[in-house]
Amino acid sequence: MFIHEFNRYSWETVRERIYNATISDVERALNSEFKNIDDFFPLFSPSADNYLENMAQLSLETTRMRFGNTIQLYTPLYISNECNNSCLYCGFNVKNKIKRTTLTIDQVLEEAEIIYQMGFRHILLLTGEDKKSVPVQYLREIAEKLHGKFASISLEVYPMDIDEYSNLEKSGIDGLTIYQETYDQDLYSQLHPFGKKRDFEWRINTPDRGAASGLRRVGVGSLLGLSDWRVDGFFTALHAHYLMKKFWRCHVQVSFPRIREAAGAFKALHYVSDRNLAQLICTMRILMPDVGLVLSTRESRTFRDNILPLGITVMSAGSKTSPGGYSHIDLADDQFSVDDDRSPEEIALMIKEKGFEPVWKDWDKSFLEK
Amino acid sequence: MNNNQNNILTIAGREFTSRLFLGTGKFSSVEAMKKAIISSETEMVTVALRRVDLENPQDELLASIIENPNIQLLPNTSGARDADEAVRLARLARNMGCGNWIKLEVTPDPRYLLPDPIETLKASEILVKEGFNVLPYINADPILAKKLEEAGTSTVMPLGAPIGTNKGIKTEDNIKIIIEMSNVPVVVDAGLGTPSHAAMAMEMGADAVLVNTAIATAGNPEMMAAAFKKGVEAGHEAYISGKAKITDEAHASSPLTGFLG
Repeated sequence: MFIHEFNRYSWETVRERIYNATISDVERALNSEFKNIDDFFPLFSPSADNYLENMAQLSLETTRMRFGNTIQLYTPLYISNECNNSCLYCGFNVKNKIKRTTLTIDQVLEEAEIIYQMGFRHILLLTGEDKKSVPVQYLREIAEKLHGKFASISLEVYPMDIDEYSNLEKSGIDGLTIYQETYDQDLYSQLHPFGKKRDFEWRINTPDRGAASGLRRVGVGSLLGLSDWRVDGFFTALHAHYLMKKFWRCHVQVSFPRIREAAGAFKALHYVSDRNLAQLICTMRILMPDVGLVLSTRESRTFRDNILPLGITVMSAGSKTSPGGYSHIDLADDQFSVDDDRSPEEIALMIKEKGFEPVWKDWDKSFLEK
Repeated sequence: MNNNQNNILTIAGREFTSRLFLGTGKFSSVEAMKKAIISSETEMVTVALRRVDLENPQDELLASIIENPNIQLLPNTSGARDADEAVRLARLARNMGCGNWIKLEVTPDPRYLLPDPIETLKASEILVKEGFNVLPYINADPILAKKLEEAGTSTVMPLGAPIGTNKGIKTEDNIKIIIEMSNVPVVVDAGLGTPSHAAMAMEMGADAVLVNTAIATAGNPEMMAAAFKKGVEAGHEAYISGKAKITDEAHASSPLTGFLG
């Protein structure tokens, strides 16, 4: 499991290697054809900032060769915002007094139909972490009902065991996204005072279980702004790299959620500038040419429009982050506020203007049928 | 090696005057793709079924290809992890009216998209029996190529280098063996980054090449497609006109037997 690989690197040692990396180290890492773990450290370093333009060019070229001139679109469907966890940074924190609900099957189908009519064929189902309110069987039922409609259905819900993921895969789920939030174990404990999510090792091994169950796509990421983004970036890359080697049939994706304003008024502990985020995205691409890189509507229009050609391959559009958000029924509060609130048509037009094709479908449900 | 001594290439009973086939997955738009198809003068275009709405016979991507009657549509099973998935996709494609040509891509590894030889052979055997014209994408494995030929595939399609790498022909020796031993057309597919790579493949005796990334991601895909057309033609004509021996030394025209008169 990844925890064993993770434990080989201490947070402080990694931090030191990153911050001590020199310009020569950065040059050597950029010029090596096959990157190894030693190349990871310099590219996350402050020294690499001097090479950001070169890195952007390299990231752009690598992405074009591997993925072509296409950007894949998806949108989230929040099924529930009920949660038993105590994440200090999250709008769904159990202690936050917000409107909560779990959609009925009919309400989910209504949301899904609206999403389908917008043109999406790839959908991400989300919940808070409350297994009693949203049991696995309920998620299976939803997946089975949506399977005929959408080409690809992924999940971003509470961590499960292999058998649960395997059953969901049989019901039509093909992907899993799970953020470790931060790989800084000490900080992780402080940010999750109680609840199942406090179990660092259970969470960090979730992508392993998902991939082992046969899911086709696994996404990882850190919540940028919690700890030092350079060190969290290193560990995220290490995690993705590990998954790609061990689960070689699985497509790995990396997301870049930056802390947004949410209920509970948590403020980012570390500032992550647009330039930092650009370095992070380009570094991921340079280190892992084949990984999917996902940018959500958390980010501003300006940033998304400009970063798009430099390495991103998947974008969300028209996102609503509350259950019932697409139907405009005021049942529940948002997880966080979205910054880029353009409609899917506007996003598709922007993508075309940038010289890319917006891809609504790049999978098929028939891959999973037995 | 098959029907490489003239300008007509025959695959599964269909004649082709162009030996350049096109992939379509990486273009910036359908319009860019159409322009490249025209300037390349290709007569066979492959489309990933994962990109197509398999329940909509009017799917835009398919329609933009089949509107040209000179072009053979070649759906592909890119993304299939095993024979079952590939066979399922092929059947779905035929059921929706895509015809019975199928480019078999069984690529369980999403990083390098390298083809699984065992699952490719398995799928080929099933699909050939069901009447498909199977064009299988493979690594440059001469034994696998013969087994696929025996199974009844219409071509073999060995890679020059992994998809999207533009590295050219890194599998030269094995491709030459495949060409020498094959009784079906050999189409070098994947990794061709420049028209000179395509020319090299044709000079080696390949019957055709398939190109996607190098054209779709070029600064000017339409112009690059035309350049590849010229490269393929040049390479093929060089092959059929017979190459001069490559030598480092100057030789008199009859060094050993000139004394015989």
